[in-house]
Amino acid sequence: MKTLFLFCFFLSLPSLLISNVLVVSPSGKIQSIKTGIQEAQPGDTIIVKAGTYKEGNIIIEKSIVIIGEGYPVLDGEHKYEIFTIHANDVTICGLKFIDTGTASMHDVAAIKVLDSRRVKIIANIFTNTFFGIYFSNSSYSWIEDNQLQANAKAEHEIGNGIHLWKCEHVTINKNQIEGHRDGIYFEFVTNSLITNNRSEKNLRYGLHFMFSHNDEYRNNFFVNNGAGVAVMYTKNVKMYGNTFEQNWGSASYGLLLKDISNSEVIDNQFIRNTIGIHMEGVSRTLLDKNNFYENGYAVRLQASCDDNTFTQNNFSSNTFDVVTNGTMVLNTINGNYWDKYQGYDLNKDGIGDVPFRPVNLYAMIVERIPSAVLLWRSFLVMLIDRAEKVIPVATPENLKDNSPTMKPYDRS
Amino acid sequence: MPRIIKYIFYDILRTRFILFYTLFLLVSTMAMFQLDTDTGKVIMSLMNIVLMVIPLVSIVFTTIHFYNSYEFIELMLAQPVNRKVIYFSEYISTALSLCIAYIIGVGLPIILYGISPSSLTLLYIGLMLTLVFVSLAFLASVLTRDKAKAIGITLLFWFYFSLIYDGLLLWIVYSFSDYPLEKLTVGLVALNPIDLARIMMLLKLDISALMGYTGAFYQNFFGSFWGMTFSAGVLALWIILPLLIGARIFIKKDL
Repeated sequence: MKTLFLFCFFLSLPSLLISNVLVVSPSGKIQSIKTGIQEAQPGDTIIVKAGTYKEGNIIIEKSIVIIGEGYPVLDGEHKYEIFTIHANDVTICGLKFIDTGTASMHDVAAIKVLDSRRVKIIANIFTNTFFGIYFSNSSYSWIEDNQLQANAKAEHEIGNGIHLWKCEHVTINKNQIEGHRDGIYFEFVTNSLITNNRSEKNLRYGLHFMFSHNDEYRNNFFVNNGAGVAVMYTKNVKMYGNTFEQNWGSASYGLLLKDISNSEVIDNQFIRNTIGIHMEGVSRTLLDKNNFYENGYAVRLQASCDDNTFTQNNFSSNTFDVVTNGTMVLNTINGNYWDKYQGYDLNKDGIGDVPFRPVNLYAMIVERIPSAVLLWRSFLVMLIDRAEKVIPVATPENLKDNSPTMKPYDRS
Repeated sequence: MPRIIKYIFYDILRTRFILFYTLFLLVSTMAMFQLDTDTGKVIMSLMNIVLMVIPLVSIVFTTIHFYNSYEFIELMLAQPVNRKVIYFSEYISTALSLCIAYIIGVGLPIILYGISPSSLTLLYIGLMLTLVFVSLAFLASVLTRDKAKAIGITLLFWFYFSLIYDGLLLWIVYSFSDYPLEKLTVGLVALNPIDLARIMMLLKLDISALMGYTGAFYQNFFGSFWGMTFSAGVLALWIILPLLIGARIFIKKDL
């Protein structure tokens, strides 16, 4: 033990000897962050005391640590980008960024990270920033515990909360994002982890995700976003334990999956969305142990999907459980719970003896002729549905659950 | 007039049918609330009862009652009493007894198990449909002297509004699906009180299904203040118009 301690001590000795701590404060020796950075050597720590700093655009090209005490405010005065980081091993912690500039030609951000590695953005507050945290071609980084909040009215007035382009090995953990265009935006980001975030009331997507292979998102909340969550053109995505809630509107999805393959959607909650999951061109994906409650359409499975498996999901109180637009069925639906199931279980093994067809004829009619929605829940529609359930004519014959469970899966 | 109403009211109570009707509503509503804990689902099932049973019972009961009290009406006409008074007294007492039955049968359990916007809407549309179909029954009854024929007409009314009309509407929507039909369908829906009531209820229950462009349009229209006023107004017209036409015929009719 003693040798280990000594070993560590000697190992860190050079950095202890070399690194300095500089203090920036409105009343101290160094009064601006810019001067602080100028005087700092790589490896130094700058402590920023509480106060308001209006310094325009601050460029960091050294490996330094900036720590705020009592949330010093960095004001972009509606004109500037605040931090531009172009160095490895930079840490930004405990600062408050307000009012960056806005632009339509280039992306103004509170913190922009360019071509860097091992950058940590921890426990900062962003208020009314255009883009919040913007990573471009930067890897092995860590974004944690930040709070981003904006109140834009239209999509062109605001950028994304956390925006990543062409990155790998990034962890985004415990952030709260509200009122941006997209809460979290991923493009060409691979091998990354999105966990425990809360993305809420964003104008477009809570999470927008493209060409980002081998990523995983766990235990996030996507609530009340303009169009929910979109995951597109990606393979090997893992979505575990997320909650998609209250994504409500004529073009709103809990989760939009487009051109996804070899992925997993497990243990998620879909509650009160207009469309729980919309699937288009999805292949070889497993949807397991999800709960669908009170959605308009729980699953919209386009005919372009193949080889997907639905098992052990709970479907309750949805207006329509499954809707599809073709008669060909290349997916497996087995062993789910459907609250609309009316079959029986003679041998008491918990599995219904008659298959359940989750596609409702009237849902197909509404899919083709939207005006027909007006007759929903009328006596006539009830009769048509009953007749169709007995002898399927228009709904895909093979889209059925051969072993529906009699009781919902308990997930509490 | 109040005295005539009172007599007719006692007469209706004596037949006991209204008591059975109240009991039926009460038992079925209670049973539904006990079977399912999810109030939303209960309201949905109740909606089916309200949209089917209430119009049927109201219209058939009223017609039968009208013909059963034909002798009473003839006796009253021999007295110096205005025909209008007799007609409206008949209407008010029949409608009132059916409404009270409905309020006790469905309203009481709703109050017991929790009031919500959707359950209040259900109560409202049930009352409105009762009044509408009592009006229609009066119209059918004064149209002909033959009781069987009148019951035939009332059943046709019920069948037409709860089934045939929706079929026609679906057919129209289907054949003209290439055209923008939103405004037209709103107009067509107003021509059927049951559809109108159902849509008022739908907007309170699963709006989600009403989404999409068309859904958004209906939501905007029927969900707005003017849409609500429109539907309430049209339902009121459905009560008043058949009643007034019936009154005109009754006043001129050679009984």
